[in-house]
Amino acid sequence: MFTIKQHLMAQSIEEGYEILVKNRNNVILGGTAFLKLGNKNINIGIDLSNLELDYIREDENNIEIGPMTTFRSIEISELLKEHFGGIVAKSVEEIVGIQLRSVITAGATAASKYGFSDFITALLSLDTHIELYKGGIMSLEEYLAEEKVPKDILLRIIIKKDGKRAAFKAMRNSKSDYAILNCAVSYLDGEYRVAVGARPGRAVVKTISEEALVSNEKIEEMVSEVKFGTNMRASGEYREMIAKVLIKRCIEELKSEK
Amino acid sequence: MEIKLKINGINKEIMIKEGEYLQSALKKLGFLNVRKGCETGSCGLCTVLLNGKPTLSCSTLAVRGVGKDITTLEGESIEVTKFAEVLTDEGADQCGYCSPGFTLTVIAMKRELESPTIDEIKHYLTGNLCRCTGYMGQLRAVKKYMEVK
Repeated sequence: MFTIKQHLMAQSIEEGYEILVKNRNNVILGGTAFLKLGNKNINIGIDLSNLELDYIREDENNIEIGPMTTFRSIEISELLKEHFGGIVAKSVEEIVGIQLRSVITAGATAASKYGFSDFITALLSLDTHIELYKGGIMSLEEYLAEEKVPKDILLRIIIKKDGKRAAFKAMRNSKSDYAILNCAVSYLDGEYRVAVGARPGRAVVKTISEEALVSNEKIEEMVSEVKFGTNMRASGEYREMIAKVLIKRCIEELKSEK
Repeated sequence: MEIKLKINGINKEIMIKEGEYLQSALKKLGFLNVRKGCETGSCGLCTVLLNGKPTLSCSTLAVRGVGKDITTLEGESIEVTKFAEVLTDEGADQCGYCSPGFTLTVIAMKRELESPTIDEIKHYLTGNLCRCTGYMGQLRAVKKYMEVK
């Protein structure tokens, strides 16, 4: 269990950021559901829940998700169900129960780069960017590639409405458990974008053209470039086998929609 | 720090520690049916309704309850009585430890979903674990309760 010396309800992003960078043990509080499973000693816990950062909205080009939006809001969002085969909503619907999904936030999951996340995998298969308060806008792929979690505040998740079709699959040892592996595949203009997560490391993405995808061997070749690890839920070898199957199923699903 | 919580329509003041969770605060205030279970967010025992939505009080900071309507079993006595009748009729209540959280989730489901399918009911209730009943009696009771006006 973590400890907090001081809880601060931030009045603005600027105030939150200034406090965040003052001390290495000052942290932004997301849903705090996963935080409580650790034993961090937090100096100031910065709470952004009064800053109206809980939203899912669209403009002409993008869908935006606010960092304090809960997984439950994502799961039932008609807007997210309408786009990309509904994979963003689907990716969160099997995570434990609705009570927990009413607590977990999109921003904390994405910003913390959780390796077990289904949500990040779905986002990674799409053209997703994030906006950081100081770091500005960058692709989610670029953000995940940086090893450290920066001392910054995630302001929004931006998904480009580019007409991608997408499919998402996850494998669990039991319903509502964390996935032992998940994958999401999107398709646009002859190119498949394949994201694999819960490896158990952070999700990674590979692209392959429709032309190059002439046989299942190509999928196996692509999977062989991804590193899989072992933990209490599954071995790396098992994950690799499952990855091939889930990716094939996603691609089949997308082909059958054509 | 001192905070004000609106629980079952009544404002209460309470001193909490920094980082204290809602389940603990409610227990201090005497709401003993908001139970502590797994403390990993998996079992649903500590479920309360936060602005009408089933939420884990063991994973929600007490301070985030400020300005929201918090509902425990005591705040839903009419619906609880209706559900308790069908639950006992179906022999679906055994040790009863999971019942408060389970009952609140079922009440929220009835308000949120119109004529849910069995799969939708199961999906909604996934976060409420019961180690006694095997769920079949509960499922029968929930189906009956969903038909009660």
